[in-house]
Amino acid sequence: MTTVLAGDVIASRVENAVSGVVEEWNSRDVWVKPEAVLDVCRFLKEDSDLRFDYLVSISAVDYIEYFEMVYHLLSMTNNHSVVLKAKCWGREDLSVPSIKDLWQGADFQEREIYDLMGINFSGHPNMKRLLLWEGFPGHPQRKDYLEPPR
Amino acid sequence: MSIRTEPITINLGPQHPSTHGVFRMRITFDGEIILDVEPIFGYLHRGSEKLAEERTYAQVITLTDRLDYVSSMSNNLAYVLSVEKLAGIQPPERAMYLRVLVAELQRIVSHLVATGFFLNDLGALATPLMYCFREREKILDLFEILCGARITLSYMRVGGIFQDAPPEFWPELRDFLGYMPGYIDEYDRLITGNEILLSRTKEVGILSAEQAVNSSISGPVLRASGVNWDLRKADPYDVYDRMDFEIPLGTVGDNYDRYLMRIAEMRQSLRIIEQCVEQIEDGPIKAEVPALVRPPIGDAYGHVEGPKGELGFYLVSDGSISPYRFKIRSPSLINLTALRDMLLGSKLADMIVTFGSMDINMGEVDR
Repeated sequence: MTTVLAGDVIASRVENAVSGVVEEWNSRDVWVKPEAVLDVCRFLKEDSDLRFDYLVSISAVDYIEYFEMVYHLLSMTNNHSVVLKAKCWGREDLSVPSIKDLWQGADFQEREIYDLMGINFSGHPNMKRLLLWEGFPGHPQRKDYLEPPR
Repeated sequence: MSIRTEPITINLGPQHPSTHGVFRMRITFDGEIILDVEPIFGYLHRGSEKLAEERTYAQVITLTDRLDYVSSMSNNLAYVLSVEKLAGIQPPERAMYLRVLVAELQRIVSHLVATGFFLNDLGALATPLMYCFREREKILDLFEILCGARITLSYMRVGGIFQDAPPEFWPELRDFLGYMPGYIDEYDRLITGNEILLSRTKEVGILSAEQAVNSSISGPVLRASGVNWDLRKADPYDVYDRMDFEIPLGTVGDNYDRYLMRIAEMRQSLRIIEQCVEQIEDGPIKAEVPALVRPPIGDAYGHVEGPKGELGFYLVSDGSISPYRFKIRSPSLINLTALRDMLLGSKLADMIVTFGSMDINMGEVDR
């Protein structure tokens, strides 16, 4: 079975490596500041005990007041996993550092989130829409998206 | 004297017989050598994730059928497992055995389709495909006995399955288990040692293990590169922890290894099905679940080892009857990430073969 690492353990290790970035944690998840996502991920990937070598998925959830980025990370070497989250407050000009340099697998997933949720990933070399066409008005996965009248 | 060459950009698709749906690639060539590839897709985007937010948890099952439409059972299973995790529901034993059984039948279907179309792409037009579809047909007949549908099955329910297997299912399944190993041997004799196949696929489209892990590749493509990772072993769900089976592994990560993985996995699936038939006992097939499931506020990520890779659903509940967020971790989409790296430097004629060996499904890429 894949062990889900406890949130408080991860939180304290992250706080030791990159101080001042952990916002809150519970038994399963850790919340970090959105601008620190790249640094935290680099630590989780390169730390010799944790070794999160595999990015399972990136999701974004629209909670109206804020967007939550959810990173599911896995260590194939140690068979353990963690859920990393980051809250981006506001609805316009949202930006999160891209983690494509760490995991190539983030490429399409970040482009999809940009396309459907409208969150920019700074440092991504090809930040274009993935599924919809260029010039599509709005970001349809947002909760306040309304279909334009036909 | 040197000849001056200029790169040329050509467009492949979106409607091309080898693109398995509607998929487009913009490719830059220097002579016959590929310099750059840009995959373009989204032609089949239906907004499944958004649609699910307007439906009840039970209704979403029908949406999952339409993701990877050659492996509906695996999609159903991944989704119901996610909802069960979110709502804390435990399905009864018999349901878990039947779910594993049909998921493995579905894996065989998907691998047969993958193998048949892969050979089609190689130029063995229609003949191997028809052989593969002959056996696929038998499994679709079994599904028809189970639930009346052949492609869009919606067989699974939150907390169990839709109905128990009728009595006539078991002798048919026994028949199938009797002749299927012989058919797989037949593919081996016809295809595996074929000289054209060997020369077209060996050492072509190589994906290294490091690259595969870094690009979040999963499923047979990952294992062909020699990475021992299968969720059925690494994070077992339902009754996979009681099954005895092996995980076939490749060594080189070329097109040939990816083809071999699928043939070998079909044999292992048959082993699992036989163990299910031996171990299954009578009992209820569905837990007590209200018609309108209202999971507590929270989120959960459930995943299965689908025929194409790790299929996962990230669900967020706000306590109502429909998911607040329904996110699909689609193996076909994420496996495409490595396509560019696999194609760079190879030849025009190998492009279609390498793309075919990835076994992607556009219904799942575009969602």
